[in-house]
Amino acid sequence: MDNAAFLAVNRFGFGRRPDERLPSDPRGWLLGQLTQPDQAPVAGAIDTAGALAVVVEQQQARKAAAAETAPAASPFPGGEAAGRKLPRPVGMLAAREAHDLLGCALITPSPFRERLVWFWANHFTVANRATVTSACSGAYVREAIRPHVTGRFSDMLLAVMRHPAMLAYLNQAQSAGPESVAGLRRHQGLNENLARECLELHTVTPASGYTQADVTNFARVLTGWSIELRAEPRGFRFRPKMHEPGEIEVMGRAWPPGEEGGVALLTWLGTHPSSYRHLATKLVCHFVADDPPRDQVKRIETVLQDTRGDLGAAAASVIELPGAWENATKLRAPQDFLVFCLRSVGATPDKVPNLATLAGSLGQGVFQAPFPIGWPDRTADWAGPEAMVQRVDFSYALAGRVAEIDPEQLGHATLGPLLTQQTLGQIRAAGSRRDALTLLLASPEFQRR
Amino acid sequence: MTIRDTLCCDAGQAARGLRLSRRHALLGLTAAFTLGRTSMALASPATEQRFVVVLMRGALDGMSAVQPYGDPGFAALRGPLALPEPGAAGGVLDLGGKFGLHPALAGVHGMYGRGEALLVHAVAGHYRSRSHFEAQDYLESGADQRLDSGWLNRAVSVMPARPGRDLALSVGLSAPLLLRGTATVQAWAPDHFAQPSADLYQRLLAISLRDPVIGPAMAEGIKQRGFDAGALQGQAGDPAHDRSFEALCGSAGHLLAQPDGPRVAALEIGGWDTHAAQVKRLQTALGQLDAGLVALQAGLGAAWGNTVVMAITEFGRTARINGTGGTDHGTAGVAFLVGGAVAGGRVRTDWPGLAPTALFENRDLAPTTDLRSVIKGVLVDHLRLPAACMNVILPGSREAPPLSNLVRT
Repeated sequence: MDNAAFLAVNRFGFGRRPDERLPSDPRGWLLGQLTQPDQAPVAGAIDTAGALAVVVEQQQARKAAAAETAPAASPFPGGEAAGRKLPRPVGMLAAREAHDLLGCALITPSPFRERLVWFWANHFTVANRATVTSACSGAYVREAIRPHVTGRFSDMLLAVMRHPAMLAYLNQAQSAGPESVAGLRRHQGLNENLARECLELHTVTPASGYTQADVTNFARVLTGWSIELRAEPRGFRFRPKMHEPGEIEVMGRAWPPGEEGGVALLTWLGTHPSSYRHLATKLVCHFVADDPPRDQVKRIETVLQDTRGDLGAAAASVIELPGAWENATKLRAPQDFLVFCLRSVGATPDKVPNLATLAGSLGQGVFQAPFPIGWPDRTADWAGPEAMVQRVDFSYALAGRVAEIDPEQLGHATLGPLLTQQTLGQIRAAGSRRDALTLLLASPEFQRR
Repeated sequence: MTIRDTLCCDAGQAARGLRLSRRHALLGLTAAFTLGRTSMALASPATEQRFVVVLMRGALDGMSAVQPYGDPGFAALRGPLALPEPGAAGGVLDLGGKFGLHPALAGVHGMYGRGEALLVHAVAGHYRSRSHFEAQDYLESGADQRLDSGWLNRAVSVMPARPGRDLALSVGLSAPLLLRGTATVQAWAPDHFAQPSADLYQRLLAISLRDPVIGPAMAEGIKQRGFDAGALQGQAGDPAHDRSFEALCGSAGHLLAQPDGPRVAALEIGGWDTHAAQVKRLQTALGQLDAGLVALQAGLGAAWGNTVVMAITEFGRTARINGTGGTDHGTAGVAFLVGGAVAGGRVRTDWPGLAPTALFENRDLAPTTDLRSVIKGVLVDHLRLPAACMNVILPGSREAPPLSNLVRT
């Protein structure tokens, strides 16, 4: 059996479901996913406006609950005693979104495309620490990430920067220009968070040589980019009264006032050569090697330059890189490992209602990255001693539920020629089917891609 | 009681507090729950007899558990695995001549003395596979191929069900095939994963070491979990103080003793695949088995008198010791029948002998008793199942007639 088919499925996808045929043309199979539309189920999915309505609903319900308990003269007004019964529709929505994101990868027929969705959602990390972000994180991936994974990077950047999930996560919504109407009247001020992370993490990186003045001025440009929560239509809203007036200089260029100044600046950043180099490096690191070879990064960078940031073209050229078909250079991050294991045994999202909790137990909760830089992407970051043993324990728990599966058959079906004789020998020598499955699921072959 | 509660509660709590939720009307009550690395499943047909099957997964070395010290070939085949004769220091326990019981089975020896333990030797299943998985499948299916249901499930299905007792509960892990039927009830394992044995960690380490990152991380992680160096070198299969099987047996006993409780249970215990360092590893595994059987008796109380416990394994191990102080996959071995209803105090065997020509394929203890005959003997005489049903429960077993006089009638 050809290595390439298994590498295509395992490295660029999330592994093979038992009911899936191996692609006879691995490259064609991967490229085909880039030209087909996104396969994520949309039925029943809530959009950003709907998610923001849930935020409002929660605020009102809590206000009502507080009003009810107030006359009782509780010694802990709004404290722990009351907190336990607080309605939490946002938390429930966030839990459902986390489950659905993993569940989608579990059954998707276009896993390469889905992996790109994960990659870009991690590049533009949001985490569930603000209520608005918790409610909108799923809609964020659907509306700001998915439509652009094979489109232009600058379009994705714009969609992300205008999305309430990001505006809330990096505190942009309240940022007001010091000279704006709101700034002068109410002494509201700048918040540089989004501007800084956008330069440092999302686009040009410090290697481009921007200064603190550029960060502050970029924050000025972005003032007024805010969220409408109360009135419909709920969602992004540009608030002129918070916007800093006048032309502002960022990275040596003057940007006009108004919403269009920010749009122009972001478009410029999204097509900047430094951004392309940064994205190329991350892509090669994700799909090829922890330490991306310079020449391979250069190839992707050139494609991005030549196509004005076409992410579909970049993804297509990643699979043409010489290093893309070398065996198992990357370690699966926990979410990837979880989905890979569950796909291999044919699990479906409805059979694993605690998907998101499992990801958290393995150290990578969905929408839980601790910092805006997102989850790390190198082997050493995930290969902690306790983390490794946790994977064994997870494998053992999973093996206990699927003990009717033939471990050797599963090994061949999932790994093909990538399954080593040594692991095969241990599987055959195991004292029980469950032990054998554990050995397979936690083997280096399963953990590497 | 939620799945997680059930999994997390201690054995005593399980015995007192386990409530079975109403689900699929399959045959009789089937429940399964697990504790640590052991598991059990329960069924409740209408009978006062109790029947417990203990699956010893991994292949128990029958000639270590019940040692034929009186056979002239034994000592030479076995080297250090042959323990001193009864009465000597560290010697086997007396079974009345020729055979001796491993000293870790003191509890079983007590039952033997009271006529409540029957040791069936040179017994094997009807298959000749030396693959654990195949053999376990055939053993549990009770057929020449893997079926979707186990023989114990089919045995329960031909017994009259008790009204209102068609309950099914399964938590975390799948019930053993032995007690599995057409319907399956599944629930996901708890967030805090059950931990495998030190031995399994060790095996994983062996296949991980070639990975420059995963290998060292795994080694360090296992060390941090507190498994000592001995365990990492494959010396000990299991910490001797793992009492999960004993605890599970205790709760099984309590549940089976209740007037409206289940009547049939299946339990699993591992640790038998002793390819190396067998002396130490068997000491541990047999000790856990012994403690479990004693706990079952204690939990059952007066119901012990109506009980047969049958401990069986997929196959025996090689007659000769191997190069690493262990034994490899073999053929015939031992089955234990214990309980107040057992016609015990005997070793029941048609002993084939250990001369090279007597060994099966010049390698294993030769099988002279078909395990299906033992099973049928218990089903017919203890559970009072019609003999006509036997070929449904154990398809293709006409050549293995029920053994009589296994239980007191």
